[in-house]
Amino acid sequence: MYTIRTASLCYDFKNLRNLMAKASPPRSGDYLAGVAAVSHLERVAAQWVLADVPLKQFLTEALVPYEQDEVTRLIIDGHDRVAFAPISHLTVGDFRNWLLSERASTESLTAIAPGLTPEMVAAVSKIMRIQDLILVAKKCRVITRFRGTIGLANRLSTRLQPNHPTDNPAGVAASVLDGLLYGCGDAVIGINPVSDNLQATTRLLHLLNDVIERYQIPTQSCVLAHVTTTLQAMAQGTPVDLVFQSIAGTQKANDSFGINLALLQEAHLAALELKRGSIGDNCMYFETGQGSELSANAHEGLDQQTCEARAYAVARQFKPLLVNTVVGFIGPEYLYDGKQIIRAGLEDHFCGKLLGLPMGCDVCYTNHAEADQDDMDMLLTQFAVAGGTFIMGVPGADDVMLNYQSTSFHDALYLRQVLGLRPAPEFEQWLQTHQIFDAANQLAAQRSIPALFKPALDKLNGYCDEHA
Amino acid sequence: MNTPEQVTTTPDPWHTLSQFTPARIALGRAGMSQPTRASLDFQLAHALARDAVNIPLDFAGLAQALAAQGHQSLTLPTQADNQRLYLQRPDLGRLLGAAAQGILQDTATIKADAVVVVADGLSSKAIAHHAPAFLKLLLPELCAKGYALPPICLVKHGRVAIGDAIAGHFAARLCVVLIGERPGLSSPDSMGIYFTYQARAGVSTDADRNCISNIHDNGLSYAQALAKLLYLIDESERVRFSGVNLKDGTTEAGLENQPPERCFLLG
Repeated sequence: MYTIRTASLCYDFKNLRNLMAKASPPRSGDYLAGVAAVSHLERVAAQWVLADVPLKQFLTEALVPYEQDEVTRLIIDGHDRVAFAPISHLTVGDFRNWLLSERASTESLTAIAPGLTPEMVAAVSKIMRIQDLILVAKKCRVITRFRGTIGLANRLSTRLQPNHPTDNPAGVAASVLDGLLYGCGDAVIGINPVSDNLQATTRLLHLLNDVIERYQIPTQSCVLAHVTTTLQAMAQGTPVDLVFQSIAGTQKANDSFGINLALLQEAHLAALELKRGSIGDNCMYFETGQGSELSANAHEGLDQQTCEARAYAVARQFKPLLVNTVVGFIGPEYLYDGKQIIRAGLEDHFCGKLLGLPMGCDVCYTNHAEADQDDMDMLLTQFAVAGGTFIMGVPGADDVMLNYQSTSFHDALYLRQVLGLRPAPEFEQWLQTHQIFDAANQLAAQRSIPALFKPALDKLNGYCDEHA
Repeated sequence: MNTPEQVTTTPDPWHTLSQFTPARIALGRAGMSQPTRASLDFQLAHALARDAVNIPLDFAGLAQALAAQGHQSLTLPTQADNQRLYLQRPDLGRLLGAAAQGILQDTATIKADAVVVVADGLSSKAIAHHAPAFLKLLLPELCAKGYALPPICLVKHGRVAIGDAIAGHFAARLCVVLIGERPGLSSPDSMGIYFTYQARAGVSTDADRNCISNIHDNGLSYAQALAKLLYLIDESERVRFSGVNLKDGTTEAGLENQPPERCFLLG
């Protein structure tokens, strides 16, 4: 069925799963899994065959068996045939043409999203170049709300990530203030705690809640503990805005994370019940990343990009405020160098947006990857051109707890300058009211500490002077 | 950079906050971008970290340091024969090499309650700097509990899950893996500890492990890490499992006792 004769060679791709993997642009994780094409020709042959596969085929040939995987069941049972109807006659190759055409408007892309499965969008992404991924993603619009409006046109939000190596409250607060004074934090102020400890999580949640309330900041907080820890925190009455969880695209991988759909559902309902959003109720924050299934030895023979797209099916079930692909965090055994990281970040953004998710990207790398700041600037810029929803804001791009390099507060300001991107409107208002940003959304020209934070810093300086 | 940087940049008047965190805060700006000094600082740290990834651990030196503390050790290579392969093939770093299996055969009769594994991981500096000192605190505690321990297993090019194979070999109930964490710019020598109850190769998953990370000079202290680990060990002995459902219930006395004014934003 999946056969091609090309350049005097015959390729017979046994099944759709195998075909998808062979058609994937090269990346180290697929070689590690032993599913990648062994030559350039085999890869392109697979792409030719994949282009002729009808989109409908993905509804009948499950890549992971329906009986053994709850993510597959979620995808198949949740498929919206009415939304799918306008494109149901297309092949993968035709679908690419359709996406690039004027027929794919913001409205029509929004309308077909529930009719798309992760495998369909993963398939089409494999035959798209970077400019295709950018062009189509840019046409998608996904808007979510909690205390601010995330995802409007010509806006870029930021997650303030004030991690500290020992979860020290003053240390966290120092990075929070640094970020706020650089205009960062409208997507979320989100801390990765050092250890999954209910007491530490609770203390950090109270700290962020108190800061947000005291300074009337139109944003939301999150402590990125395991969902079971956050459930315990909610049960104790701790102020939880967003429930966080890392998710993956196979049931086995989610098992290894200690989660399943029922547990996520329980947490989602518990967070909804708190009714803490002032203008909306998107109250989940998910993180993903290519390679996490293979890393858990749970990729089920799939390529890592298809696994990643399937994780978005899990995400969209719970109407998240934010989804973040932490693209370069996992390391060189999955994405070897800057080239692989850049393409993966743009694929993830494209697939997520097409499926209707508010996609952010942690533009990042580790010190054992073949990547550097120049590579990150390329992804950062391309992601913003593609209409990416949010990026991270880490002091100086150096996360001193998680030991990797992300994007800095300055990086967001670079994008605001070159692309004219504004923060979420509610946060923009707050920044301008307190004279952190000027009317053009640039940092105020002559630097003095805004009146809002002056008392706290003065008191601190006084305290230091007294004890000098 | 002969001109004082203040002339060409805008400084941030909140340097005082740097007393609370090693994070790169209050960097100032050139236009909206990082000033030259901050930018080159970052590049310098990245260069150090990149170089650190590839420095091999001195296993003989580590074995000697442990011998000086009165502890025997075995050095066990994994199937990742070299550093490049190790970085690209984590699966091989979870499997004992042929030489390691030969070494372990000679120890087949040793009875064990707990195994202590030390793996180079992604930072040999972390293990060189912190493993001997931490083991000096940990091993007497384990002995005081009456646990039978085989020699300390030093693993070359090892990943976390290599502990499963070693715990399985000794039929040990408790598995403690000390491993070099991926180096950060500010902490090229951060050590992590992974604890697993009933660790077994092919059975244990990441959800079965408890992790204590960020052990270095500006991170978690040896005493804090030890308290957490001993808590996890005792709790796991009680409930007979480890992992995401075994919560770290230790209180951090140092943080609890902080005066409220330390949190300056809410003071």
